[in-house]
Amino acid sequence: MRLINRKPGRVLSLALLVVPFLAVLAAYTIASDIRLADNPQDKLLPAPSSIVDTATRLVTTPDKRSEKILFWRDTAISLQRLALGVGIAALIGMVFGMLIGLFPYARAIFAGFVNVISMVPPLAILPILFIVFGLGEQSKVALIAIGITPFLIRDLGQRVLEIPTEMMVKAQTLGATSFVIALRVALPQLLPRLLQSIRLSLGPSWLFLIASEAIAAEGGLGYRIFLVRRYLAMDIILTYVVWITILAFLIDYGLKKLGEKAFPWFGKDGL
Amino acid sequence: MSFVEVRNIAKSYGDRPIISNVNLDVDQGAFISVVGASGCGKSTFLRLLLAQEQPTGGTIRLAGGEPAKEPGLDRGIVFQRYSVFPHMTVRDNIVAGESFNQSWLGKFFGTQLKEARDRAQEVLDRIGLGHMSTAYPAALSGGMQQRLAIAQALQDKPKLLLLDEPFGALDPGTKLSMHDFLEDLRTETGMTVFMVTHDLEEAFKLGDRVLVFDKPSWDVPDPDMVPATITYDFDARDNGIPYQTIRDETNLFHYD
Repeated sequence: MRLINRKPGRVLSLALLVVPFLAVLAAYTIASDIRLADNPQDKLLPAPSSIVDTATRLVTTPDKRSEKILFWRDTAISLQRLALGVGIAALIGMVFGMLIGLFPYARAIFAGFVNVISMVPPLAILPILFIVFGLGEQSKVALIAIGITPFLIRDLGQRVLEIPTEMMVKAQTLGATSFVIALRVALPQLLPRLLQSIRLSLGPSWLFLIASEAIAAEGGLGYRIFLVRRYLAMDIILTYVVWITILAFLIDYGLKKLGEKAFPWFGKDGL
Repeated sequence: MSFVEVRNIAKSYGDRPIISNVNLDVDQGAFISVVGASGCGKSTFLRLLLAQEQPTGGTIRLAGGEPAKEPGLDRGIVFQRYSVFPHMTVRDNIVAGESFNQSWLGKFFGTQLKEARDRAQEVLDRIGLGHMSTAYPAALSGGMQQRLAIAQALQDKPKLLLLDEPFGALDPGTKLSMHDFLEDLRTETGMTVFMVTHDLEEAFKLGDRVLVFDKPSWDVPDPDMVPATITYDFDARDNGIPYQTIRDETNLFHYD
Protein backbone atom coordinates (compact mmCIF):
# COMPACT_ATOMS: atom_id res chain seq x y z
CA MET A 1 0.00 0.00 0.00
CA ARG A 2 1.23 3.46 -0.84
CA LEU A 3 2.31 5.67 2.00
CA ILE A 4 -0.12 8.40 0.89
CA ASN A 5 -3.02 5.99 1.44
CA ARG A 6 -2.04 4.82 4.91
CA LYS A 7 -3.90 6.61 7.69
CA PRO A 8 -3.37 6.34 11.45
CA GLY A 9 -6.40 5.38 13.56
CA ARG A 10 -7.89 7.58 16.28
CA VAL A 11 -5.79 6.31 19.14
CA LEU A 12 -2.60 6.23 17.12
CA SER A 13 -3.30 9.77 15.89
CA LEU A 14 -3.51 11.01 19.47
CA ALA A 15 -0.34 9.16 20.38
CA LEU A 16 1.49 10.59 17.37
CA LEU A 17 0.30 14.07 18.30
CA VAL A 18 2.12 13.83 21.62
CA VAL A 19 5.37 12.47 20.16
CA PRO A 20 7.05 15.73 19.08
CA PHE A 21 6.19 17.39 22.42
CA LEU A 22 7.72 14.49 24.34
CA ALA A 23 10.73 14.50 22.02
CA VAL A 24 11.44 18.17 22.72
CA LEU A 25 10.98 17.64 26.45
CA ALA A 26 13.28 14.62 26.39
CA ALA A 27 15.94 16.44 24.39
CA TYR A 28 15.79 19.35 26.83
CA THR A 29 15.99 17.06 29.88
CA ILE A 30 18.99 15.20 28.50
CA ALA A 31 20.81 18.40 27.55
CA SER A 32 20.02 19.88 30.94
CA ASP A 33 21.27 16.75 32.72
CA ILE A 34 24.53 16.83 30.81
CA ARG A 35 25.17 20.48 31.60
CA LEU A 36 24.17 20.14 35.27
CA ALA A 37 26.37 17.08 35.70
CA ASP A 38 29.23 19.17 34.37
CA ASN A 39 28.40 22.23 36.46
CA PRO A 40 25.64 22.11 39.12
CA GLN A 41 25.51 25.95 39.10
CA ASP A 42 24.63 26.08 35.40
CA LYS A 43 21.84 28.60 34.74
CA LEU A 44 21.40 28.11 31.02
CA LEU A 45 19.35 24.89 31.03
CA PRO A 46 17.75 24.49 34.47
CA ALA A 47 16.34 21.06 35.27
CA PRO A 48 12.64 20.58 34.46
CA SER A 49 11.96 19.96 38.15
CA SER A 50 13.44 23.33 39.14
CA ILE A 51 11.41 25.04 36.41
CA VAL A 52 8.26 23.50 37.88
CA ASP A 53 9.32 24.72 41.35
CA THR A 54 9.91 28.22 39.99
CA ALA A 55 6.59 28.17 38.13
CA THR A 56 4.74 27.11 41.29
CA ARG A 57 6.41 29.87 43.24
CA LEU A 58 5.63 32.44 40.51
CA VAL A 59 1.93 31.71 40.35
CA THR A 60 1.36 31.50 44.13
CA THR A 61 3.78 33.81 45.96
CA PRO A 62 2.94 37.53 46.23
CA ASP A 63 5.62 40.10 45.65
CA LYS A 64 7.01 41.39 48.94
CA ARG A 65 6.70 45.05 48.16
CA SER A 66 3.47 45.27 46.18
CA GLU A 67 1.86 42.23 47.85
CA LYS A 68 0.52 41.22 44.46
CA ILE A 69 1.35 38.05 42.58
CA LEU A 70 3.41 39.53 39.79
CA PHE A 71 2.73 36.63 37.41
CA TRP A 72 -1.01 37.27 37.34
CA ARG A 73 -0.53 41.02 37.34
CA ASP A 74 1.75 40.74 34.29
CA THR A 75 -0.79 38.50 32.61
CA ALA A 76 -3.67 40.89 33.24
CA ILE A 77 -1.70 43.90 32.02
CA SER A 78 -0.57 42.18 28.84
CA LEU A 79 -3.97 40.73 28.04
CA GLN A 80 -5.57 44.12 28.49
CA ARG A 81 -3.10 45.72 26.08
CA LEU A 82 -3.62 42.92 23.61
CA ALA A 83 -7.43 43.09 23.82
CA LEU A 84 -7.48 46.87 23.43
CA GLY A 85 -5.05 46.87 20.52
CA VAL A 86 -6.76 44.04 18.67
CA GLY A 87 -10.21 45.42 19.47
CA ILE A 88 -9.44 48.88 18.13
CA ALA A 89 -7.83 47.39 15.03
CA ALA A 90 -10.81 45.10 14.46
CA LEU A 91 -13.24 47.99 14.69
CA ILE A 92 -11.29 50.16 12.26
CA GLY A 93 -10.70 47.18 10.00
CA MET A 94 -14.41 46.39 9.90
CA VAL A 95 -15.49 49.92 9.06
CA PHE A 96 -12.91 50.51 6.34
CA GLY A 97 -13.10 46.95 5.05
CA MET A 98 -16.85 47.39 4.55
CA LEU A 99 -16.39 50.79 2.90
CA ILE A 100 -13.70 49.50 0.55
CA GLY A 101 -15.53 46.29 -0.23
CA LEU A 102 -18.95 47.80 -0.83
CA PHE A 103 -18.50 51.24 -2.33
CA PRO A 104 -16.43 51.78 -5.49
CA TYR A 105 -15.82 55.41 -4.53
CA ALA A 106 -14.46 54.48 -1.10
CA ARG A 107 -12.35 51.81 -2.79
CA ALA A 108 -10.93 54.39 -5.20
CA ILE A 109 -10.00 56.67 -2.31
CA PHE A 110 -8.70 54.25 0.34
CA ALA A 111 -7.54 51.02 -1.28
CA GLY A 112 -4.30 52.36 -2.72
CA PHE A 113 -3.52 54.35 0.39
CA VAL A 114 -4.02 51.36 2.69
CA ASN A 115 -1.84 49.21 0.43
CA VAL A 116 1.00 51.70 0.75
CA ILE A 117 0.53 52.25 4.50
CA SER A 118 0.57 48.50 5.11
CA MET A 119 4.16 48.43 3.85
CA VAL A 120 5.39 50.63 6.72
CA PRO A 121 7.16 48.34 9.22
CA PRO A 122 5.28 48.99 12.49
CA LEU A 123 8.33 48.45 14.70
CA ALA A 124 10.16 51.16 12.80
CA ILE A 125 7.63 53.73 13.99
CA LEU A 126 7.66 52.50 17.60
CA PRO A 127 9.98 55.37 18.64
CA ILE A 128 7.48 57.81 17.13
CA LEU A 129 4.72 56.20 19.17
CA PHE A 130 6.77 56.50 22.33
CA ILE A 131 7.38 60.16 21.55
CA VAL A 132 3.76 60.91 20.70
CA PHE A 133 1.94 58.72 23.24
CA GLY A 134 4.56 58.58 25.96
CA LEU A 135 5.80 55.42 27.62
CA GLY A 136 2.41 54.46 29.11
CA GLU A 137 -0.31 52.14 27.95
CA GLN A 138 -1.27 54.16 24.88
CA SER A 139 1.93 53.57 22.96
CA LYS A 140 1.72 49.78 23.41
CA VAL A 141 -1.92 49.58 22.45
CA ALA A 142 -1.21 51.90 19.52
CA LEU A 143 1.64 49.72 18.26
CA ILE A 144 -0.57 46.63 18.20
CA ALA A 145 -3.42 48.51 16.56
CA ILE A 146 -1.20 50.19 13.98
CA GLY A 147 0.62 46.94 13.37
CA ILE A 148 -2.40 44.87 12.37
CA THR A 149 -4.98 47.42 11.18
CA PRO A 150 -3.69 47.70 7.58
CA PHE A 151 -3.72 43.91 7.26
CA LEU A 152 -7.25 43.72 8.67
CA ILE A 153 -8.55 46.46 6.36
CA ARG A 154 -7.07 44.80 3.29
CA ASP A 155 -8.19 41.35 4.31
CA LEU A 156 -11.73 42.34 5.28
CA GLY A 157 -12.15 44.54 2.21
CA GLN A 158 -11.21 41.52 0.13
CA ARG A 159 -13.64 39.31 2.10
CA VAL A 160 -16.49 41.73 1.38
CA LEU A 161 -15.59 41.72 -2.31
CA GLU A 162 -15.72 37.92 -2.23
CA ILE A 163 -19.37 37.89 -1.20
CA PRO A 164 -21.04 36.52 -4.34
CA THR A 165 -22.42 39.25 -6.62
CA GLU A 166 -25.57 37.16 -6.85
CA MET A 167 -26.41 37.96 -3.22
CA MET A 168 -25.79 41.67 -3.68
CA VAL A 169 -28.03 41.71 -6.74
CA LYS A 170 -30.69 39.63 -5.01
CA ALA A 171 -30.77 42.09 -2.11
CA GLN A 172 -31.24 44.95 -4.58
CA THR A 173 -34.19 43.17 -6.22
CA LEU A 174 -35.72 42.91 -2.75
CA GLY A 175 -35.56 46.68 -2.56
CA ALA A 176 -32.63 47.03 -0.15
CA THR A 177 -30.79 50.37 0.05
CA SER A 178 -26.98 50.48 0.17
CA PHE A 179 -27.27 50.88 3.92
CA VAL A 180 -29.52 47.85 4.32
CA ILE A 181 -27.20 45.79 2.13
CA ALA A 182 -24.24 46.83 4.28
CA LEU A 183 -26.07 46.11 7.52
CA ARG A 184 -28.01 42.97 6.64
CA VAL A 185 -26.01 41.27 3.89
CA ALA A 186 -22.36 42.33 4.10
CA LEU A 187 -21.90 42.82 7.85
CA PRO A 188 -23.33 39.48 9.04
CA GLN A 189 -21.27 37.66 6.44
CA LEU A 190 -18.17 39.62 7.38
CA LEU A 191 -18.32 38.85 11.13
CA PRO A 192 -17.20 35.19 10.95
CA ARG A 193 -14.49 36.22 8.51
CA LEU A 194 -13.43 38.93 10.95
CA LEU A 195 -12.85 36.24 13.58
CA GLN A 196 -10.67 34.35 11.12
CA SER A 197 -8.68 37.46 10.29
CA ILE A 198 -8.22 38.24 13.99
CA ARG A 199 -6.95 34.74 14.57
CA LEU A 200 -4.43 35.22 11.78
CA SER A 201 -3.27 38.56 13.18
CA LEU A 202 -2.84 37.34 16.75
CA GLY A 203 0.71 36.18 16.00
CA PRO A 204 1.86 39.66 14.93
CA SER A 205 -0.15 41.16 17.82
CA TRP A 206 1.83 39.17 20.39
CA LEU A 207 5.03 40.13 18.61
CA PHE A 208 4.20 43.85 18.82
CA LEU A 209 3.03 43.53 22.41
CA ILE A 210 6.20 41.86 23.64
CA ALA A 211 8.43 44.12 21.59
CA SER A 212 6.88 47.25 23.06
CA GLU A 213 6.90 45.84 26.59
CA ALA A 214 10.54 44.83 26.23
CA ILE A 215 11.57 48.35 25.35
CA ALA A 216 9.64 50.41 27.88
CA ALA A 217 7.07 49.21 30.40
CA GLU A 218 6.43 48.79 34.09
CA GLY A 219 4.76 45.43 33.87
CA GLY A 220 3.57 42.79 31.48
CA LEU A 221 4.70 39.40 30.29
CA GLY A 222 7.25 40.75 27.82
CA TYR A 223 8.54 43.25 30.36
CA ARG A 224 9.17 40.48 32.91
CA ILE A 225 11.00 38.27 30.43
CA PHE A 226 13.36 41.04 29.42
CA LEU A 227 13.80 42.14 33.04
CA VAL A 228 14.91 38.76 34.39
CA ARG A 229 17.10 38.18 31.34
CA ARG A 230 19.67 40.36 33.19
CA TYR A 231 19.93 37.69 35.88
CA LEU A 232 20.01 34.83 33.37
CA ALA A 233 16.84 33.53 35.08
CA MET A 234 16.09 30.92 32.48
CA ASP A 235 13.58 29.16 34.75
CA ILE A 236 11.42 32.32 34.90
CA ILE A 237 11.84 33.08 31.21
CA LEU A 238 10.85 29.55 30.22
CA THR A 239 7.83 29.62 32.52
CA TYR A 240 6.66 32.86 30.94
CA VAL A 241 7.31 31.61 27.41
CA VAL A 242 5.30 28.46 28.02
CA TRP A 243 2.53 30.55 29.60
CA ILE A 244 2.41 32.96 26.64
CA THR A 245 2.23 29.99 24.30
CA ILE A 246 -0.64 28.50 26.28
CA LEU A 247 -2.45 31.86 26.33
CA ALA A 248 -2.00 32.34 22.59
CA PHE A 249 -3.26 28.83 21.95
CA LEU A 250 -6.28 29.25 24.22
CA ILE A 251 -7.25 32.59 22.66
CA ASP A 252 -6.99 31.12 19.18
CA TYR A 253 -9.01 28.07 20.20
CA GLY A 254 -11.58 30.23 21.98
CA LEU A 255 -12.07 32.43 18.91
CA LYS A 256 -12.46 29.35 16.75
CA LYS A 257 -15.11 27.89 19.07
CA LEU A 258 -16.83 31.27 19.35
CA GLY A 259 -17.05 31.42 15.57
CA GLU A 260 -18.54 27.95 15.31
CA LYS A 261 -21.05 28.73 18.02
CA ALA A 262 -22.07 32.22 16.91
CA PHE A 263 -22.14 31.53 13.15
CA PRO A 264 -23.41 27.97 12.70
CA TRP A 265 -24.24 28.69 9.06
CA PHE A 266 -20.66 29.63 8.22
CA GLY A 267 -18.20 27.24 6.62
CA LYS A 268 -20.83 25.00 5.13
CA ASP A 269 -21.49 25.12 1.43
CA GLY A 270 -18.30 27.13 0.95
CA LEU A 271 -19.77 30.34 2.30
CA MET B 1 -47.56 48.63 -26.24
CA SER B 2 -46.01 45.38 -25.13
CA PHE B 3 -45.18 44.58 -21.50
CA VAL B 4 -41.48 44.05 -22.08
CA GLU B 5 -40.09 46.12 -24.91
CA VAL B 6 -36.53 45.48 -26.07
CA ARG B 7 -35.25 47.84 -28.76
CA ASN B 8 -31.95 47.48 -30.61
CA ILE B 9 -30.06 46.23 -27.61
CA ALA B 10 -26.30 45.90 -28.00
CA LYS B 11 -23.71 45.07 -25.37
CA SER B 12 -19.96 44.83 -25.66
CA TYR B 13 -17.16 44.44 -23.16
CA GLY B 14 -14.31 46.63 -24.31
CA ASP B 15 -14.04 46.10 -28.05
CA ARG B 16 -15.54 42.62 -27.84
CA PRO B 17 -19.22 42.64 -28.87
CA ILE B 18 -21.42 40.14 -27.04
CA ILE B 19 -24.90 40.78 -28.42
CA SER B 20 -26.32 43.28 -30.84
CA ASN B 21 -29.50 44.08 -32.69
CA VAL B 22 -31.75 42.36 -30.15
CA ASN B 23 -35.40 43.32 -30.52
CA LEU B 24 -38.22 41.74 -28.61
CA ASP B 25 -41.81 42.30 -27.54
CA VAL B 26 -43.25 40.19 -24.77
CA ASP B 27 -46.85 40.11 -23.55
CA GLN B 28 -47.72 40.25 -19.89
CA GLY B 29 -47.92 36.79 -18.36
CA ALA B 30 -45.73 35.13 -20.98
CA PHE B 31 -43.07 32.58 -20.12
CA ILE B 32 -39.99 33.09 -22.26
CA SER B 33 -37.26 30.46 -22.40
CA VAL B 34 -33.85 31.60 -23.57
CA VAL B 35 -31.46 28.98 -24.93
CA GLY B 36 -28.19 29.03 -26.80
CA ALA B 37 -24.63 27.80 -26.73
CA SER B 38 -22.24 29.02 -24.04
CA GLY B 39 -20.85 32.46 -24.78
CA CYS B 40 -23.78 33.51 -26.92
CA GLY B 41 -24.98 36.21 -24.60
CA LYS B 42 -27.98 34.57 -22.90
CA SER B 43 -26.83 35.49 -19.44
CA THR B 44 -25.67 38.90 -20.60
CA PHE B 45 -29.15 39.50 -21.96
CA LEU B 46 -30.65 38.46 -18.64
CA ARG B 47 -28.34 40.82 -16.74
CA LEU B 48 -29.48 43.62 -19.06
CA LEU B 49 -33.12 42.74 -18.40
CA LEU B 50 -32.31 42.83 -14.70
CA ALA B 51 -30.52 46.17 -15.12
CA GLN B 52 -27.53 44.69 -13.32
CA GLU B 53 -25.61 45.93 -16.36
CA GLN B 54 -26.35 48.75 -18.78
CA PRO B 55 -26.55 48.12 -22.53
CA THR B 56 -23.99 49.73 -24.82
CA GLY B 57 -26.92 50.76 -27.00
CA GLY B 58 -30.69 50.43 -27.14
CA THR B 59 -33.39 50.43 -24.47
CA ILE B 60 -35.34 47.95 -22.39
CA ARG B 61 -38.68 49.14 -21.05
CA LEU B 62 -40.82 47.29 -18.58
CA ALA B 63 -44.55 48.11 -18.59
CA GLY B 64 -43.84 51.31 -20.48
CA GLY B 65 -41.57 52.72 -17.78
CA GLU B 66 -38.19 54.39 -18.14
CA PRO B 67 -35.20 52.09 -18.71
CA ALA B 68 -33.94 50.96 -15.28
CA LYS B 69 -30.48 52.00 -14.09
CA GLU B 70 -30.04 49.38 -11.38
CA PRO B 71 -31.82 46.26 -10.09
CA GLY B 72 -34.98 46.98 -8.12
CA LEU B 73 -38.26 45.71 -6.78
CA ASP B 74 -39.96 45.33 -10.17
CA ARG B 75 -37.53 42.62 -11.34
CA GLY B 76 -37.09 39.43 -9.36
CA ILE B 77 -34.12 37.13 -9.89
CA VAL B 78 -33.15 33.56 -9.11
CA PHE B 79 -29.62 32.48 -9.93
CA GLN B 80 -28.26 28.97 -10.18
CA ARG B 81 -26.41 29.46 -6.88
CA TYR B 82 -26.11 31.98 -4.05
CA SER B 83 -29.67 33.20 -4.46
CA VAL B 84 -30.58 33.02 -0.80
CA PHE B 85 -28.77 34.52 2.18
CA PRO B 86 -26.77 31.83 3.99
CA HIS B 87 -26.66 33.73 7.30
CA MET B 88 -30.45 33.94 7.66
CA THR B 89 -32.75 31.11 8.56
CA VAL B 90 -35.09 29.82 5.87
CA ARG B 91 -37.97 31.78 7.37
CA ASP B 92 -35.99 35.00 7.72
CA ASN B 93 -34.96 34.71 4.08
CA ILE B 94 -38.65 35.05 3.23
CA VAL B 95 -39.10 37.86 5.77
CA ALA B 96 -36.18 39.69 4.11
CA GLY B 97 -38.42 40.08 1.05
CA GLU B 98 -40.51 42.46 3.14
CA SER B 99 -38.10 43.88 5.68
CA PHE B 100 -35.38 44.86 3.18
CA ASN B 101 -37.63 47.47 1.59
CA GLN B 102 -40.00 48.35 4.41
CA SER B 103 -37.61 49.11 7.26
CA TRP B 104 -34.70 51.53 7.03
CA LEU B 105 -32.65 49.05 9.06
CA GLY B 106 -33.75 46.22 6.81
CA LYS B 107 -35.00 44.44 9.90
CA PHE B 108 -38.32 44.05 11.71
CA PHE B 109 -38.73 44.04 15.47
CA GLY B 110 -41.44 43.08 17.95
CA THR B 111 -44.94 42.45 16.67
CA GLN B 112 -44.04 43.51 13.16
CA LEU B 113 -41.38 40.79 13.10
CA LYS B 114 -43.74 38.25 14.57
CA GLU B 115 -46.44 38.99 12.01
CA ALA B 116 -43.96 38.89 9.14
CA ARG B 117 -42.65 35.57 10.40
CA ASP B 118 -46.16 34.18 10.61
CA ARG B 119 -46.79 35.22 7.02
CA ALA B 120 -43.44 33.71 5.99
CA GLN B 121 -44.38 30.48 7.73
CA GLU B 122 -47.56 30.31 5.63
CA VAL B 123 -45.52 30.80 2.46
CA LEU B 124 -43.11 28.06 3.53
CA ASP B 125 -45.94 25.68 4.43
CA ARG B 126 -47.38 26.23 0.99
CA ILE B 127 -44.13 25.38 -0.80
CA GLY B 128 -43.38 22.40 1.42
CA LEU B 129 -40.56 23.97 3.43
CA GLY B 130 -42.58 24.61 6.59
CA HIS B 131 -40.68 22.02 8.58
CA MET B 132 -37.34 23.66 7.74
CA SER B 133 -38.26 27.22 8.68
CA THR B 134 -35.66 27.66 11.43
CA ALA B 135 -32.85 25.83 9.63
CA TYR B 136 -30.15 27.61 7.67
CA PRO B 137 -30.21 27.29 3.87
CA ALA B 138 -27.03 25.16 3.95
CA ALA B 139 -29.15 22.40 5.51
CA LEU B 140 -31.51 22.38 2.51
CA SER B 141 -31.13 20.21 -0.58
CA GLY B 142 -30.44 21.95 -3.89
CA GLY B 143 -34.08 21.75 -4.96
CA MET B 144 -35.31 23.11 -1.63
CA GLN B 145 -32.85 26.01 -1.84
CA GLN B 146 -34.13 26.93 -5.29
CA ARG B 147 -37.74 26.70 -4.14
CA LEU B 148 -36.84 29.04 -1.31
CA ALA B 149 -35.04 31.38 -3.72
CA ILE B 150 -38.08 31.53 -6.00
CA ALA B 151 -40.47 32.10 -3.10
CA GLN B 152 -38.19 34.84 -1.78
CA ALA B 153 -38.03 36.53 -5.18
CA LEU B 154 -41.83 36.47 -5.40
CA GLN B 155 -42.30 38.08 -1.98
CA ASP B 156 -42.27 41.54 -3.53
CA LYS B 157 -44.53 40.58 -6.44
CA PRO B 158 -42.08 41.63 -9.17
CA LYS B 159 -43.46 42.57 -12.58
CA LEU B 160 -40.88 40.32 -14.13
CA LEU B 161 -39.26 37.15 -12.78
CA LEU B 162 -35.83 36.31 -14.19
CA LEU B 163 -34.38 32.83 -13.79
CA ASP B 164 -30.72 32.23 -14.65
CA GLU B 165 -30.31 28.48 -15.13
CA PRO B 166 -32.29 27.95 -11.94
CA PHE B 167 -32.42 24.17 -12.18
CA GLY B 168 -29.03 23.63 -13.81
CA ALA B 169 -27.46 22.06 -10.74
CA LEU B 170 -30.39 19.79 -9.82
CA ASP B 171 -30.80 16.09 -10.48
CA PRO B 172 -33.43 15.07 -13.08
CA GLY B 173 -36.10 13.99 -10.58
CA THR B 174 -35.84 17.17 -8.54
CA LYS B 175 -35.89 19.15 -11.75
CA LEU B 176 -39.24 17.67 -12.75
CA SER B 177 -40.82 18.50 -9.41
CA MET B 178 -39.41 22.02 -9.69
CA HIS B 179 -41.10 22.34 -13.08
CA ASP B 180 -44.45 21.46 -11.48
CA PHE B 181 -43.74 23.92 -8.67
CA LEU B 182 -42.97 26.70 -11.14
CA GLU B 183 -46.00 25.97 -13.32
CA ASP B 184 -48.29 26.01 -10.28
CA LEU B 185 -46.87 29.37 -9.21
CA ARG B 186 -47.39 30.72 -12.69
CA THR B 187 -51.00 29.64 -12.79
CA GLU B 188 -51.44 31.25 -9.40
CA THR B 189 -49.74 34.58 -10.08
CA GLY B 190 -49.85 35.02 -13.87
CA MET B 191 -46.35 36.50 -13.72
CA THR B 192 -44.10 37.21 -16.67
CA VAL B 193 -41.00 35.01 -16.67
CA PHE B 194 -37.68 34.90 -18.49
CA MET B 195 -35.70 31.71 -17.97
CA VAL B 196 -32.20 31.07 -19.28
CA THR B 197 -31.51 27.36 -19.54
CA HIS B 198 -29.22 24.85 -21.21
CA ASP B 199 -31.91 22.21 -21.17
CA LEU B 200 -33.88 22.32 -24.44
CA GLU B 201 -36.56 19.99 -23.18
CA GLU B 202 -37.13 22.19 -20.15
CA ALA B 203 -37.18 25.28 -22.37
CA PHE B 204 -39.97 23.92 -24.60
CA LYS B 205 -41.90 22.31 -21.76
CA LEU B 206 -42.17 25.43 -19.62
CA GLY B 207 -41.94 28.24 -22.15
CA ASP B 208 -44.61 29.88 -24.28
CA ARG B 209 -41.81 31.07 -26.51
CA VAL B 210 -38.29 29.79 -26.89
CA LEU B 211 -35.68 32.34 -27.96
CA VAL B 212 -32.42 31.04 -29.39
CA PHE B 213 -29.33 33.20 -29.01
CA ASP B 214 -26.65 32.48 -31.55
CA LYS B 215 -24.08 34.20 -33.71
CA PRO B 216 -25.47 34.82 -37.21
CA SER B 217 -22.17 33.68 -38.65
CA TRP B 218 -19.52 31.33 -37.31
CA ASP B 219 -17.67 31.02 -40.59
CA VAL B 220 -15.40 34.01 -40.08
CA PRO B 221 -11.74 34.35 -39.09
CA ASP B 222 -12.61 35.43 -35.56
CA PRO B 223 -16.09 34.38 -34.35
CA ASP B 224 -15.37 36.16 -31.05
CA MET B 225 -15.84 39.46 -32.86
CA VAL B 226 -19.30 38.51 -34.14
CA PRO B 227 -22.02 39.52 -31.70
CA ALA B 228 -24.88 37.11 -31.01
CA THR B 229 -28.53 37.91 -31.48
CA ILE B 230 -31.91 36.18 -31.39
CA THR B 231 -31.77 33.78 -34.34
CA TYR B 232 -34.98 31.83 -33.68
CA ASP B 233 -38.17 32.66 -31.85
CA PHE B 234 -40.22 29.47 -31.45
CA ASP B 235 -43.83 29.31 -30.41
CA ALA B 236 -43.87 26.71 -27.67
CA ARG B 237 -47.39 27.05 -26.29
CA ASP B 238 -49.56 23.99 -25.89
CA ASN B 239 -47.00 22.29 -23.67
CA GLY B 240 -44.24 22.48 -26.17
CA ILE B 241 -46.14 20.46 -28.77
CA PRO B 242 -45.20 19.97 -31.70
CA TYR B 243 -41.75 19.40 -30.23
CA GLN B 244 -42.94 16.69 -27.87
CA THR B 245 -45.20 14.85 -30.31
CA ILE B 246 -42.34 14.53 -32.71
CA ARG B 247 -40.36 12.93 -29.94
CA ASP B 248 -43.20 10.58 -28.97
CA GLU B 249 -43.70 9.48 -32.54
CA THR B 250 -40.09 8.58 -32.98
CA ASN B 251 -40.38 6.36 -29.90
CA LEU B 252 -36.97 7.38 -28.73
CA PHE B 253 -38.16 8.79 -25.49
CA HIS B 254 -41.31 8.43 -23.45
CA TYR B 255 -42.15 11.26 -21.22
CA ASP B 256 -44.64 10.54 -18.44
